[in-house]
Amino acid sequence: MRQRKTWVALALVSALAIAACGGDDDGNTSGDTKVPGETTAPGETTAPGETTAPGETTAPVEAGGTLVFGTSSDPVVLDGAYVSDGESLRVIDQLFETLVTTEAGGTAIEPALAKSWTASDDGLVWTFDLQTGVKFHDDTDFNAEAVCFNFNRWYGFTGVAQSAAVSYYWSTVFGGFSDGAAPSLYESCDAPDPATAVITLTAPSAAFLSGLAVSAFVIASPDALTKYEADKVGGTDDAPTFDGTFGTEHPVGTGPFKFDSWTPGDKLTIVRNDSYWGTTAILDKVIFKPIADGPARRTALETGEIQGYDLVDPADVSALEDGGYQILLRPAFNVGYVGFNQAKAPLDNPKIREAIAYALNKEALVTAKYPEGAEVATQFMPPELFGWSADVPTYSYDPEKARALIAESGVTDLTIEFYYPSDVSRPYMPDPTANFEAFRSDLEAVGFTVVPKTAPWRSGYLDDVDAGNAQVYLLGWTGDYGDPDNFIGTFFRTEQTAWGFDNPEIFDALTTARDTADLAERTALYEEANNLIMTFIPGVPYVHTQPALAFAPGITGYTPSPVSLESFALVSLG
Amino acid sequence: MLKFILRRLLLLIPILIGLSFLLFIWVRALPGGPATALLGERATPERVAQVNAAYGFDRPVLEQYVKYLGRVSRLEFGQSITLRKDVTSELFRRFPATIELSVAAMMFAVCVGVPLGFAAAKRERTWVDNSAVVASLIGVSIPVFFLAQILKWIFALKLNWFPTIGRLQPTRELEHVTNFNVIDSILAWDMGALVDTLKHLILPGIALGTIPLAIIARITRASVLEVRNEDYVRTARAKGMSSGVVDRRHVLRNALLPIVTVVGLQTGLLLSGAVLTETVFAWGGIGQLISGAVLDKDYPIIQGGVLFLAVVFVLVNLTVDVLYAVIDPRIRVH
Repeated sequence: MRQRKTWVALALVSALAIAACGGDDDGNTSGDTKVPGETTAPGETTAPGETTAPGETTAPVEAGGTLVFGTSSDPVVLDGAYVSDGESLRVIDQLFETLVTTEAGGTAIEPALAKSWTASDDGLVWTFDLQTGVKFHDDTDFNAEAVCFNFNRWYGFTGVAQSAAVSYYWSTVFGGFSDGAAPSLYESCDAPDPATAVITLTAPSAAFLSGLAVSAFVIASPDALTKYEADKVGGTDDAPTFDGTFGTEHPVGTGPFKFDSWTPGDKLTIVRNDSYWGTTAILDKVIFKPIADGPARRTALETGEIQGYDLVDPADVSALEDGGYQILLRPAFNVGYVGFNQAKAPLDNPKIREAIAYALNKEALVTAKYPEGAEVATQFMPPELFGWSADVPTYSYDPEKARALIAESGVTDLTIEFYYPSDVSRPYMPDPTANFEAFRSDLEAVGFTVVPKTAPWRSGYLDDVDAGNAQVYLLGWTGDYGDPDNFIGTFFRTEQTAWGFDNPEIFDALTTARDTADLAERTALYEEANNLIMTFIPGVPYVHTQPALAFAPGITGYTPSPVSLESFALVSLG
Repeated sequence: MLKFILRRLLLLIPILIGLSFLLFIWVRALPGGPATALLGERATPERVAQVNAAYGFDRPVLEQYVKYLGRVSRLEFGQSITLRKDVTSELFRRFPATIELSVAAMMFAVCVGVPLGFAAAKRERTWVDNSAVVASLIGVSIPVFFLAQILKWIFALKLNWFPTIGRLQPTRELEHVTNFNVIDSILAWDMGALVDTLKHLILPGIALGTIPLAIIARITRASVLEVRNEDYVRTARAKGMSSGVVDRRHVLRNALLPIVTVVGLQTGLLLSGAVLTETVFAWGGIGQLISGAVLDKDYPIIQGGVLFLAVVFVLVNLTVDVLYAVIDPRIRVH
């Protein structure tokens, strides 16, 4: 007996395993707690646990099958008009469709629910020729009236539904709502016949069409929106509640997949829409499994519990590739930059801004600290996008020139406060501290005194930068849709506290470019605007990255998109 | 006894009011807010102001608090800002997951910790004792996420014995009646789901149970050592009773009281300690809900969730106090 207990204790100490539970029967009062110990070994050989589930995922090889995809969180709701987060849009993209979309893997506009479209000469009236014979998942017809129903729904939002936490994309692309509190780009929608939708704008806008490709503007079944009270807001003034079930239980669109079930925190399941109007999907089912922890997503792929996941940690890319997993890169559609607040001297001095631009060794940072696919930026938007200029002034690393510029500037107090975020990893900035350290030594090398300032990203950092407290800061942007106005227009078309400058020349150039209808003319205007901006140096753009997705070997058909508009319809288990 | 329980339950009211006030002030004193968390790079000052106005966060904190208390007294905890779900029903829906995990962790901790502490005490100052003490020291000090990573690496990646995420294989369907997967799979008489559930419980159960295990082992050892030197134990031995009977009837029974206390305390702590474990194992319980809410500054969930855990904590401790009287007739509750 003594001998046995010794071994039991030894086993526990060394392995922390639970197999010995209950083995010490003269000391243990909880004899009924054998279950966990029992299941350790037999669990492996018990037939039901092993045979059913893998069979579901591996049996059908070409068509059919189930793919489990690891996401970073649950969607908010499956109602495009009500969200702007990537996890909601990822699922919405499978269930719903927009009038126009972006080409797979690019940003060019392509037909979707609209076969073709024309704009009037003044750029105000847009006529969309719609696909016919398309049905929503609830078997009601998709037609021009359904299109207008959706547009008028968005335009008619009131109260909390107007806030940027809800209808961010409407206010970004169209501005105000029907209550007239803010000017709106949208005027009306008409349905002269079932296959023609006419949308009238209050001002010409070339960004409108690219904006329509954003998944927030998916066309949902008017019947389902009404029946499941998509817009029902309850609660009190200071604590509004969204009470409808459209976006949680009954999202009805026209897409290649249909909603099946959703248990937040556990999984969301969509199934193939066999009566899809286009090419039907290959997989029977896609299950989205929320796994908030990055390392846990990677392990789950390696154990085979999931077959793909997004937001791969750049540090894991090469290990996963070595392990035989597929790494897919999204074409660069972001920019990381060092921002200057010109309201804080000496950044109002152009020579100082230019000196910093020359002092930062962007090339070394991108080579040393960024993963495969990252490239040094020369301007505030990626080369992927039209309007990117090949002849912007560039500021390749040149500490000598930086010192000379500082001397010319006549500025003597070279102390700058440099803000960088903690507790965050952004696609354009996987490790902000590493970026800060690199830039700090670059700046100190040419004579600046750098005072580090840091705060957690969501707990103070963004507020500090937006409120104009930060003098020099690390920030960036990921594009929402394929239009330069979504990059440089967002940054520099109007005066902003974070940048702290008033330059009417740049503001006007960007406004004119936004309002010009002709694509060739717009491209030229944006190229010119980029040159203007990079001569003025409101900040130093330094990187564009290619965020990675990982898939198990054999999975085919997934095309990464710069704007993350990615379909599972062509994906197969191989 | 009934009076004692009632008094303790009534005490909950001032505790909860005080806690809710501190919590309310605290989450609003933190820099940043739900709008910034939601919008990220897109959080312009105008947009943040607009969101704050929509949710009433721009009003004086005291005014907000009074309105909040009014709603809470009607048991309305509001709706999550980021998840747009009713806080109360979301807490209740996810609580079974957390209980299931806590029970698994506690079973592991008790049925390894008690024998381990007992064995160490019986062989005081031998290598068995020493290794048990060292192991329990490691157990209390090892960070949960690190332990989880090691467990996953050994038992999932290398040995392929256990899954690493969630409570069931994603491809498995199980009808949720109680949201306790163990119970639901028995109700559905689905043995495959039951085995799958138990397999999913093992790694997170060990990860979460290791700290309580170490503490329970140490308390058991200390308590058994104390009792072993009592006169009645020596008397029982002198009577010629077998060692097993002495251990069972005299030593363990009397050593049990401090062990029950520590098990009770640890159970309360487990519920809140589940935050990390649930995140690393994508468990989908209350811990994961609250940790996400803290990051997102989702005020309604933080407030509702912490109050909920506080109630559970108080109730668990009350149960332990009542259990004392049952275990040890010498103690009478006043």
